[in-house]
Amino acid sequence: MRTSVILGSLHDIPLGEGRTFAVDGAMIAVFRLRDGSLRALSAVCPHKGGPLADGQIDLKQVVCPLHLNAWDLTTGCSLSGQPPVTVYPVRVDNDSIILDV
Amino acid sequence: MKQRLVVIGNGMAGARTVEEILSRGGEFDITMFGDEPYGNYNRIMLSNVLAGIEDESGIFLNDLSWYAENGITLHTGVRIERIDRHARMVYGSDGSATGYDKLIIATGSSAFVPPIKGAHVPGRGYHQGVFVFRTLDDTRAMIRYAREHERAVVIGGGLLGLEAARGLQNHLGHVTLVHAAGHLMNAQLNVQAGKTLQATVEQKLGIEVVVDGMTTEILGKHAVTGVKLGDGRIIDCDVVVMAAGIRPNSAVAADSGLVVERGIVVDDRMRAVDEDDIYVVGECAQHRDQVYGLVAPLWEQARVLADQITGTDPGAAYHGSQVATKLKVAGVDVASMGLRGPESADDELIEFAEPKRGIYKNVVIRDGRLVGATLIGDNGKATALIKAFEKGLPLPANRSELLFDLGGPAAEENVAEMPDDEQVCNCNGVSKGALKSCVDGGCKTVSGVMDATRAGKGCGTCKPLVQRIVEWAAGGAVEEDPAASYYVPGVPMPKSELMAAIRQYELKSVSAVFGKLGGDEDAKSKMGLASLLKMMWGASYVDERDARFINDRVHGNIQRDGTFSVVPQMKGGVTTPSDLKRIAEVAERHGVPMVKLTGGQRIDLLGIPKEKLPQIWAELDMPSGYAYAKSFRTVKTCVGSDFCRFGVGDSTALGIALEERYQGVEGPGKMKLAVTGCPRNCAEAYVKDLGVVAIDGGKWEIYVGGAAGAHVRKGDLLTTVGSADEVITLTGRFLQYYRESANWLERTYAWVPRVGIDRIRAVVVDDSDGIAADLDARMDETVAAYVDPWKERAEPATPGQFRTSLPLTVLPQVPVRA
Repeated sequence: MRTSVILGSLHDIPLGEGRTFAVDGAMIAVFRLRDGSLRALSAVCPHKGGPLADGQIDLKQVVCPLHLNAWDLTTGCSLSGQPPVTVYPVRVDNDSIILDV
Repeated sequence: MKQRLVVIGNGMAGARTVEEILSRGGEFDITMFGDEPYGNYNRIMLSNVLAGIEDESGIFLNDLSWYAENGITLHTGVRIERIDRHARMVYGSDGSATGYDKLIIATGSSAFVPPIKGAHVPGRGYHQGVFVFRTLDDTRAMIRYAREHERAVVIGGGLLGLEAARGLQNHLGHVTLVHAAGHLMNAQLNVQAGKTLQATVEQKLGIEVVVDGMTTEILGKHAVTGVKLGDGRIIDCDVVVMAAGIRPNSAVAADSGLVVERGIVVDDRMRAVDEDDIYVVGECAQHRDQVYGLVAPLWEQARVLADQITGTDPGAAYHGSQVATKLKVAGVDVASMGLRGPESADDELIEFAEPKRGIYKNVVIRDGRLVGATLIGDNGKATALIKAFEKGLPLPANRSELLFDLGGPAAEENVAEMPDDEQVCNCNGVSKGALKSCVDGGCKTVSGVMDATRAGKGCGTCKPLVQRIVEWAAGGAVEEDPAASYYVPGVPMPKSELMAAIRQYELKSVSAVFGKLGGDEDAKSKMGLASLLKMMWGASYVDERDARFINDRVHGNIQRDGTFSVVPQMKGGVTTPSDLKRIAEVAERHGVPMVKLTGGQRIDLLGIPKEKLPQIWAELDMPSGYAYAKSFRTVKTCVGSDFCRFGVGDSTALGIALEERYQGVEGPGKMKLAVTGCPRNCAEAYVKDLGVVAIDGGKWEIYVGGAAGAHVRKGDLLTTVGSADEVITLTGRFLQYYRESANWLERTYAWVPRVGIDRIRAVVVDDSDGIAADLDARMDETVAAYVDPWKERAEPATPGQFRTSLPLTVLPQVPVRA
């Protein structure tokens, strides 16, 4: 069964950056892309546990700050030979960030 | 319906071309005809098979399943005897007739057998004991026969003849190499290089070499007993191998009405003359009067042909190849490219010979560009020379650097001989085998392999080795990555061009640069662009926080657990009891997990959660030590003249003054400095980006480009000055020149030798370009704009700037709604 969660205001996340949210025990990194859209991924880098929300992003990928492994923001697939990360559907409603888990 | 593509020839050229076509998604019904009864094998490796280094099975490139998987119909052992261009049919030796829409001729070449009396027996082919060295079958027959005989003569002292001679030694006791010209490999080498090679081949390998020896007759009635030379000499032998060259297989094409000179004549699209649907590739092709017998041109031709035939790139054109080779010829390192020697009075020749060790090297330079080079016995500089030759790169003013590694790292390892499990990248644990399988998997650029394996992405020291392994694994088919010259991968321009464009369009933010010059933004390019823009625009730079790396967003160095390190400024490594007390109290109050002295003479508080950074800074109330940025870091000093009984200059005061002035200056890489009070060098100034050494008489030496990290290099002496003020000025000017000229992440230890210390001295000390005042003025602006980033603590610069990104502390839980 799918549930929707309001994570907070869109303005909690600066343009082009990511922030981490705790949802029901899980850590989820939400990114606000420069085209205005959002992406949500599992927040912990599967390589060595790095904080993905602290990584740099573009419209396609996030780069983990620890060892510069990269993941596709839309599919969660690694672009550098690492295991994939979970992606979550995320959207904006009236400036609120809504996550489906 | 798919077009029918017929390929005549199943050798390296034919199969490679088909691979290129398939990789472009070319939709054809493909039929291939191979004269030899096998799949496709690497002909270059036949020398290794003969020498017993390689097993036959190891030389096959595509086994039969590859043809099946790609839906290719392969006819082996069938020779195409006629092409009907009008009916678009090819006719095979097995009586078959096959129609085509597109035809590729890749028939390669055959061994050239000079007209020597006795080489053939009428009606029976070669005389018993006479062999050519071209195919797998030739090689097998030669090995079988040689094993039961004792003395061999190889006719031909070129590449192939040398390889044959070396390989035959494996199977019989005595080998003589007979060469018609005056020195070995005369097509590629000058006399002295050829003589050096000959001496090595004779003394080290024990192959007897006869030059100026024209073979006129092969002796023996039933089987070979010897060869006779033009001067009457007779050399006894029972095996003869003809290795006098190759000739393109163009008879079918000529018989079928195509234009044939030495080879089948093609245009820049690799099409036979006046034929829209017939392409030619490899050794049988003649392009702009050149016929190539090496593998690298063949790869280039195959790419152009595939681009054309699939329509992927109708503009693709082959312009001929600069032939440069780097080989082990009969166990001896040989590299050659371009001219064998100077051809006009203006050509520069730089030559080195060390006959006792079998070493000869030369380079030929015309108008400042490398137009020829030869290396015998030592291939250490081959890769660099080939690059300079192919790309026409600028050459070092000190020409001897082309031939030798002056003060560089020890001799390069031979990558072919490295075991597969040997670790190449010690940061990310990547082995030679992993790099090789990545290349075998289709990744043919150095940067692509580095991205895929992470090799070379740590400290970067292994990058040259990674590059050599990729080149070796790709067998000369390594593809140029155009991005290698870009300042950052996401904007296709080198630094100087990029800076000009940024100025022209007044691009003041990273997003503006992408918008105008780069197309899509690229995460991996943002940090380099942010650094450059900040350097160029200073106060008017539009600082987009997402362009910063996390360290620069929160002014600390991220650690493996997602916490940060806090290193307060401690100018020149000098502190006070009260500062120490304050650091101690803060560390105690917050239970800082580790307090450590750094290599740069400071104190590091490790394990600070992100959300605690502002509070810790506030309690310390000290400026940032910048131990996280690509910026000016520290000035390490010794105790200098105040206390040290050896000190001849006040290094501590000068170090503090330098740090005071240049604190926080950002650049393409870290800048670590040192000032030491005497040549005993306790502050390690010789191995810093800029190191100052006090010498007797009130003078200071300034060294630049030193390093003692992953890369160790003693700095070059920039100049010696008479006052501390001059040191401060020249330091600023040097750093500014570095900031404006160096590539992103290029430390001074790489930049200084790249630009050359003479050039840097001319600009920085002698003001040869008249830009010293401008450099000084721009550095003054940067210095004036300094703001301590740790003041950014009362009010976060962005929402959630210091919010944790990991479950180090419990986050406020968001209520879950069903």
